[in-house]
Amino acid sequence: MNGQVLRTIAVKDLKEVKQNRAAWIPALIVPLIFFVLLPLAIILVPSLFSFSMMPLLSESGPVGMMRENIPELAAKLAGLNEQQTWVVLMTGYLFAPFILILPLMLSTIVGAESFVGEKERKTIEALIYTPATDGELFLGKVLASVVPAIALTWLGFLVYGVVVNVAGWSVMGRIWFPPVAWWPLMLAVTPAIATLGMAVIVIISARVNTFMEAYQMSASLVVLVLMLVAGQVTGILYLSVGMAFAVGLALWIIDAVLIWLGIRNFARETLLSRI
Amino acid sequence: MTTVIEVEQLARYFGPVKAVNELTFCVQEGEVFSLLGPNGAGKTTTVRLLNGVLSPSGGRAHVLGLDPVAQGCELRRQTGVLTETPSLYERLTARENLAIFGALYGVSEPGLSGRVDELLDFFELSQRANDRVGEFSKGMKQRLALARALFHEPPLLFLDEPTSGLDPEAARQVTQMIQQLSHQKGRTVFLCTHNLSEAQRLCDRLGVMNQGRLLALGTLAELARTLWRGLWVDIEFRTPIADAVADKLRATRGVSDVQLDEMHLAVRVENDEVVPQMVTSLASQGAQIMRVNPRQHSLEDIYFALQNKQRENRS
Repeated sequence: MNGQVLRTIAVKDLKEVKQNRAAWIPALIVPLIFFVLLPLAIILVPSLFSFSMMPLLSESGPVGMMRENIPELAAKLAGLNEQQTWVVLMTGYLFAPFILILPLMLSTIVGAESFVGEKERKTIEALIYTPATDGELFLGKVLASVVPAIALTWLGFLVYGVVVNVAGWSVMGRIWFPPVAWWPLMLAVTPAIATLGMAVIVIISARVNTFMEAYQMSASLVVLVLMLVAGQVTGILYLSVGMAFAVGLALWIIDAVLIWLGIRNFARETLLSRI
Repeated sequence: MTTVIEVEQLARYFGPVKAVNELTFCVQEGEVFSLLGPNGAGKTTTVRLLNGVLSPSGGRAHVLGLDPVAQGCELRRQTGVLTETPSLYERLTARENLAIFGALYGVSEPGLSGRVDELLDFFELSQRANDRVGEFSKGMKQRLALARALFHEPPLLFLDEPTSGLDPEAARQVTQMIQQLSHQKGRTVFLCTHNLSEAQRLCDRLGVMNQGRLLALGTLAELARTLWRGLWVDIEFRTPIADAVADKLRATRGVSDVQLDEMHLAVRVENDEVVPQMVTSLASQGAQIMRVNPRQHSLEDIYFALQNKQRENRS
């Protein structure tokens, strides 16, 4: 593998995405909402408007039922007052799976531009005549879609941590974020889900002809994240350290199968047949 | 002279369609070789096979001493390809487009930027170097694509329909640039076109293709000889010519036909060598010769004669 070739293909793809506003504007807005506006609203609105969260947090409310179903969660929340319980539960636990929408969205945007956009604009032929190997072409494009998705999610995680700790200081009186389960979520699940988005795009790139088609088709992957959220809320699934690693491992296995299928579509001959 | 491309029984089938059907030919170093044929003749497929981006269904090829199937990457390091559509990144600038491909061909800084400037200058694009390619005219895009194909100074250049879709002025510019390039550094040019005048102007040797098959191969003169027996020579005189002169000419060895029209004779001879003998004979009979013009067959005549011959053979 030639590092200069991989970097050139990846940088080229990212430059192209930069020129496509339809691609990068949602990539700016969504992190702003998820990492800044929503945590601020969750933490500040109850104290600013003197809402009582008791109906939700009481033993007979939904949180009470969650505590009963998930003893690990109950242990984490033990000893916290009403406001603290609200902040920790919402921003520390229930919100965690939502963050995974970001790497998924970012990798599918760049992946759709890179794998399908090149086909749509008929630019792949010139690339095919270069000395780059099939593997280098594929990996260059994978890097362009996966690396920024992971890096921006981690950056978002950092921003989120600052926002949650600073805005929640008056309630918590200490730096409490991140809970330990966030580390496997960031280090194992985030790269796996970014890779999943890219791998799905590679598979569907054989069947669709435009960036928008690919992007829209891949949007159904959000269901996976929503399943995690629903699992947490209903108490079926609790994203503990072990569970986060297990989810990460399951996703990596799915990724490996999809990438194996995708690489078979990425030979020069197959790409030429689609021009 | 070194053989740059050597092709033997090369074939590529797409299901029942024989896109390239048992081609055999050679291209020598430094020559401009043109593959002529209508759309769908198999020219682009041949370029793809010769660059190792498509594997053959049969036969073999050697390009620059390399096997395109087994050594495709190494081979593509030494070839430049101008594709039928420019395939440029239209959202990026001309400079970015060239720099990307330069890097992919292994050129790195500090030489990369200098080479980009040099090419932009040669192809008269320096003024628009930092403009997005999407804003360029077709001719400018084609010049930029040609610059891209030459970035790594390949000894072998493949040009697939280089003037297709260009207006006459842009087409002339591109043709002139190809002429310049072909005379530099013994570069070999493999040109695919259906533009007959372009091929006639540029190529040293040519092959005519149709439906995947090579119908003929050679120089223009060689092809004409295979199609038409003998050479027609037009001779103009200052004064009308007597029938007896024409009759004597008919009896000359190597002359197969004579048509007289007062001050003009059209004579078919077996080969070039008969012409001086014929002129000497006419002069000795007192004929005042004004002009002797061997009749040249244009590429267009040859091309259509070959296509018609194939049609007749099929029917």
